[in-house]
Amino acid sequence: MKDFSQLKKNLKKDFSKLKTIKIAVLGDSATQFLIQALRGTAFDEGLNLDIWEADFNQIERQIFDPNSELYSFAPEIILVFQSAHKLLGKYNKYKVEQHPLLAANELEIIKNSFSVLTQKLNAKIIYYNYTEIEDAVFGNFANKTESSFLFQLRKLNYELMLYAAKTNNFYLCDISSIQNNFGKQFLFQSAIYINTEMVLSIDALPIVAAKTIALISALEGKFKKCLIVDLDNTMWGGIIGDDGLENIQIGALGIGKAFSEFQYWIKKLKQRGIIIAVCSKNTESVAKEPFEKHPDMVLHLEDIAVFVANWENKADNIRQIQKILNIGFDSMVFLDDNPFERNIVRENIPQICVPELPEDPAEYLEYLYTLNLFETASFSKEDTERTQLYQVEAQRSRVQQNFTNEDDFLKSLNMLSLVESFNKFNTPRVSQLSQRSNQFNLRTVRYDDADIEKLANSKDHFTFSFTLNDKFGDNGLICVVILRKENASTLFIDSWFMSCRVLKRGMENFVLNSIVEFAKDKCYSSIIGEYVPTAKNEMVKEHYANLGFTERTERWHLDVPSYETKKNFIRTK
Amino acid sequence: MERSEIIQKINAIFIETLDNDDIIITEKSNANDVEEWDSLTHIQLVVAIEKAFKIRFTSKEIQSWANVGEMISNMQEKGI
Repeated sequence: MKDFSQLKKNLKKDFSKLKTIKIAVLGDSATQFLIQALRGTAFDEGLNLDIWEADFNQIERQIFDPNSELYSFAPEIILVFQSAHKLLGKYNKYKVEQHPLLAANELEIIKNSFSVLTQKLNAKIIYYNYTEIEDAVFGNFANKTESSFLFQLRKLNYELMLYAAKTNNFYLCDISSIQNNFGKQFLFQSAIYINTEMVLSIDALPIVAAKTIALISALEGKFKKCLIVDLDNTMWGGIIGDDGLENIQIGALGIGKAFSEFQYWIKKLKQRGIIIAVCSKNTESVAKEPFEKHPDMVLHLEDIAVFVANWENKADNIRQIQKILNIGFDSMVFLDDNPFERNIVRENIPQICVPELPEDPAEYLEYLYTLNLFETASFSKEDTERTQLYQVEAQRSRVQQNFTNEDDFLKSLNMLSLVESFNKFNTPRVSQLSQRSNQFNLRTVRYDDADIEKLANSKDHFTFSFTLNDKFGDNGLICVVILRKENASTLFIDSWFMSCRVLKRGMENFVLNSIVEFAKDKCYSSIIGEYVPTAKNEMVKEHYANLGFTERTERWHLDVPSYETKKNFIRTK
Repeated sequence: MERSEIIQKINAIFIETLDNDDIIITEKSNANDVEEWDSLTHIQLVVAIEKAFKIRFTSKEIQSWANVGEMISNMQEKGI
C-alpha cells in the first residue's frame, strides 16, 4: 500500500480523463490530510474526487442553513467524519445524570441531519463510525455501567448499524474495525492531535482512505464479483492426483483446519453473491472427486459456478471463465498458492486481482481479511441465487479453447533446463520425485537413495535428470529418465516421470530430444518405452503415441536414425 | 551524530516530504524560507523525522523550535 507521501504525489498527476465525483467532507476535526489521502487513493482507482471541505467544526451550520455552501456545491456523496475524541469532549461536558443519554442524543442529531440533507440533496451519506476510547474511569465495570463513556460509544456504534440497516443512502465506513486491526497506538498520535486537531496518524491515513474509497467505488458499481480458486494446496492441503482422496488435508487431517476455515469463508462469499469458480491443473474427474466424496469438504460442486480443471495454462483458462461469466477481469480475484501461476496470470491479465497469498496456509484467511476485497454497496435475495444462473450458462457455452498464442507464450518464458546424470547432489530429489509422482509416471517404479546411487554407477543404465528454470523463477529438478541397455542396438526406458507442475511447457519434447541425441551419439538404433497403467497415471496413457512411437506387442518403439528433432522452446543450460 | 550529518538527512526528508528537489535547509531555516512548509506539512515533516531517527518529540517540543538548528539541538538531547 502506498504511504501518505506517495499518495500526495498522485495529486500532481492528470485527473482530467477520470470519472469525477463531487464529494463534500464534513468533519469535527482537521480533515485536510484525509482529503489529500482520499484524492490520491481515488486516482489509483480511476476516480477524480472533486472535494469540497467544510470549515472545521461546521457540520451543523452547513446542514441546517439552507443557504450554506454545502447546498450550493450539491455533492453526490457526503462524508461525515466525527471523531471519538470530540464525542468524549461532549460527554465530558454533560452533567453526570445525562451521561446515559449520550448515544441517544447523538443518534437523534444524526437522524435529523440526514432527513434535512435528503430533503434538499439527492446525495448518499457515508458516516464514519467511532473508534473506541476506553477512558479507564470504570475499568471492566464500564461494560456493566450504562453511564460510562465506553458503554455509550459502543451503543452509538450499534445504533448506527441499526439505523443504516433500515435507511437507504446512509452508509457506514467502519473505521472502528481499522482500529481493531491496527491498534490505537497506530491510528492515533497524541502529540499530533494536541498540536493540530488531527485524530488520524499520518500512517493511518492511507488505510482509512482505502476503506473509504472501496465503499465509494462500490457505490459507483466497481466491485469484485467473482472469486477463482486453485485446488491443490489452496483449497486443501496436498495434491489430489498424487496423494489421493484419503490423504489430502482438510478437516482433521494435518493442517486441514486451515483449509476448512478457508472453505467456510468462500462458502459465505458464495452465499452473499460472489461467483465461485475453480481453476486447477488437474484431470477433471480427479479434481472433482473431493467435492463429491470427501466427508470434510465444506464446498460442494453446487457451490461452484464454473469448474475448470485441465492441464492448459491458467491465463487461458481464466479467459475462458471470463467468457462464460461475461464479467470484467477487473471484477475477478484469483487465489493460488503457486507464485508461478500467480505471475503467469498477472502478466497475461493485468486487470485481475491476484493477492500474494502467504506461504503458510494458516495465514491465508487473516491476510485476506486485511485486503477487504469484497466491498459491496448492496445485498439482496437474488445475490444468494446467482451461482445457479452461472452454472447453467457454463454448461451452455462449454467452448473449445483456442490457443493461438501458445508458441509465443512458451517463447516468452525463456525456459532453461540443466540436464545431468544422477550425482550425489541430485540423488535425494530424484528419489523424492520418484516417490511422489503418480500421474506423470510411465512405469511407476519407486527408487530410494540407495537405488539411485546404484543406478548412477551401473554400466547398463544411463540416467538423466532435468531442471526447469523460467523468467518467473526456478522450478528445480522436475523430470527424470532412466535408460537401460537392452542389447547393443536398443535402449529401454526403465523410468520416465515428471512433476505435473511443468506440464504443457514442451518439456516432454525437450526430454525426448535429449535422450534421442544421447542414443545417436552412442550408436543405438532404437528406443523402447512401456506404459504400465495404475489407478493414477491415465494421463500418460497416450504419452508414447503422442511422441511418435509405434506400438508393437504392448511396447512402444522409436527409430533413432529417422527421428526428427521435436519443436520446443527450452534451451540447455 | 554530527550536526552536519543530521542536517543532510533532514534535508533529504524535506525534499521527499514536500516533493521539491530544490529545497536547501540550513540551521537558520524556518517555515518562512520554504514555500511548502506550513502548519500542516510541519506535522508531516515531524512525523517523517521521528520515523527516520526513531525518536518521538513531545507535543510541546513540536511547537517550540524557531528554526531547524533548534530542532537539531532538541534531537541531540535525545541522543542523536
